[in-house]
Amino acid sequence: MTTTNNKRQILLPVTESKSSGLEYRELLRVSMDSLMANKLRTFLTMLGVIIGVASVVSLMTLGNGASNAITNQFSSLGTNNLTILPGRPNRGGPPGQIGVQPLTMTDVKTIQVLKLPIDGPVPNFTNQATLSAAAAEKSGQVLGTTAEYQGVNTIVMASGSFFTEGNVQSASQVVVLGSNLKTFLFGSGEAVGESIRINSMNLRVIGVLEAKGGNPFGSVDDQALVPITLAQSRLFAGRSSSGELRVSNVTVAVKNTDDIPFVEERLKMALRDARKLNADGTDDDFQVLNQASFLTSLTQVTSLLTTFLAAVAGISLLVGGIGIMNIMLVSVTERTREIGLRRAVGAQSNDILLQFMIEAMVLSMLGGITGVVVGSILPIILTITKIFEAPVTLSSVVISLTVSLATGLFFGIWPARNAAQLNPIQALRHE
Amino acid sequence: MTAMITIEGMTKVYTMGEFEVHALRGVNVEIQSGEFVAIMGPSGSGKSTLMNMIGCLDTPTAGRYSLDGIEVASLNDNELSTVRAKKLGFVFQQYMLLPRQTALANVEMPMVYRGIPATERKRRATVALDLVGMGNRLDHRPNELSGGQQQRVAIARALAGSPSVILADEPTGALDSTTSEEIMLTLQQLNREQGLTIIIVTHEADIAAYADRIVTIRDGVVLHDRKNEAHHDNN
Ligand SMILES: Nc1ncnc2c1ncn2[C@@H]1O[C@H](COP(=O)(O)OP(=O)(O)OP(=O)(O)O)[C@@H](O)[C@H]1O
Ligand SMILES: [Mg+2]
Repeated sequence: MTTTNNKRQILLPVTESKSSGLEYRELLRVSMDSLMANKLRTFLTMLGVIIGVASVVSLMTLGNGASNAITNQFSSLGTNNLTILPGRPNRGGPPGQIGVQPLTMTDVKTIQVLKLPIDGPVPNFTNQATLSAAAAEKSGQVLGTTAEYQGVNTIVMASGSFFTEGNVQSASQVVVLGSNLKTFLFGSGEAVGESIRINSMNLRVIGVLEAKGGNPFGSVDDQALVPITLAQSRLFAGRSSSGELRVSNVTVAVKNTDDIPFVEERLKMALRDARKLNADGTDDDFQVLNQASFLTSLTQVTSLLTTFLAAVAGISLLVGGIGIMNIMLVSVTERTREIGLRRAVGAQSNDILLQFMIEAMVLSMLGGITGVVVGSILPIILTITKIFEAPVTLSSVVISLTVSLATGLFFGIWPARNAAQLNPIQALRHE
Repeated sequence: MTAMITIEGMTKVYTMGEFEVHALRGVNVEIQSGEFVAIMGPSGSGKSTLMNMIGCLDTPTAGRYSLDGIEVASLNDNELSTVRAKKLGFVFQQYMLLPRQTALANVEMPMVYRGIPATERKRRATVALDLVGMGNRLDHRPNELSGGQQQRVAIARALAGSPSVILADEPTGALDSTTSEEIMLTLQQLNREQGLTIIIVTHEADIAAYADRIVTIRDGVVLHDRKNEAHHDNN
């Protein structure tokens, strides 16, 4: 009988190594080969993912930017601040509404004696007046307040200084100007040391504020700040019908954020007691505005909006995923004979599964990375040109790439399973 | 010594709804290492079915099949894949080369699934292509090769991993008679010089004539199993 021993065998049997197994590098190469074989189709398939990921990234980024802008604007007010306003809660109504007791310096004293862990209370008394300098005149808002206003509202001076407790006690004729108002009255020139007229009174400008941005009660940038005593006694009608000194609102800054609910409750109880209102708050004629809870609900709204935008963009990512699945199914059908061949020469069904999964993942990952780049272009341009701060966040990149990888996995698994489960004999016979 | 292939009482029944097709009805064959066997028979007699069984692409309904000491009938899908990778080389009627890959890459491909390192794959593929006379066409793609040359690459692919048996179902079915002759001479040479065990399926007597032994099948059973006397006289 013929045996191999007496032949000149050129190819000796393979010595199987222990670590034998399919290399992932080889699978990746096979997948890349098939993707490169049809570049246009590969690109069009990826386009779905690119558009999806790009819109997720850009919308999330712009949404975050908008949300940050809003939050920054409002936190300029001081997030630990509580503001007490006259008027019935819920029913609203401006200060001085009929049947509503205005806030007075008595209420400020009521708060002072509580010895709460706060800065303030800072009484604010606002009125319209004619403001005029040598070169300009306008109707504007005059805010009478105390020296503590600066600390409670984290005010930064552009030049000069804020008025002192001494100024307040002696009702000095001094004024601090908001940045817009200063520019209106004095242009780019020096204002500190000059004087302006409020209605018919001359006041010396002792300070100018740094621009601060708007808040729900109007911007301090447009205001003229004077000692509250001056505003109440000489500039405006500061006495209520009962003869008390009126204030428009009172601000306190809670030192520790955790104390806010407790301080709010104590303020309400004390004011109800002093103003002879029901202890349960049913006939309150004042309200306490909680900056922090306002900010929290605002943040909730903006992040909900961002999530909603991202979800809408996510739908296009879903469509991109379906595109991948579609092309993968076509690819499996087209390559049925190749799959049969690979199975016949020894590929396990898992090897085939992996090959097609890798192909789907390569499609989705390349699409995802391209999408991140494309989606970052608009936010980056807006940020660089300082039109709108929308820095691309790591989280939006990570989320998009994870989602696109998951898309590849999810939509690749079915076609890949189809390929892996093909019967080799039938696959080889496939026309 | 034990045979390379032992088949005893092998049956294969395909169930198609109500119908049962008895493709194999009790085949008994024994093939030794180094033999060159041709399986002949009319269309539908079960040749391809038998080849699929020998090729571990399918499992028999009943009977025993032992390949190089391995009892195949009891193996699962993954184990069958491993046996195919290590013990068998396939040559198909339609060549079945990957169209975008070079001859070398095509020959290397099966060895990838055995985890053979790249350098060793390349060495073996080069030697195998040399053996079939394609040593100067390593970087050609299938569409740059004639049908006969493609089939040579396919033969190189089958033998590069040193299989125990090379299986070829109608390897010349798509070729003209001159090219068929060349391919058969190549197979004959590989059998004689390299000691390869080769089993082919063919309709044609003059193709079968290159083998040392001819097994004739009819209706799923072995009709004749004889040495190729004419062939031995010629040589
Ligand atoms: N997958 C299958 N399902 C059902 N019947 C099948 C299947 N494969 C083969 N058959 C049947 O089994 C019988 C043997 O088929 P087989 O392909 O083995 O014949 P063959 O000898 O190779 O024929 P040919 O020379 O035409 O290739 C035929 O009747 C065929 O119809
Ligand atoms: Mg057949």
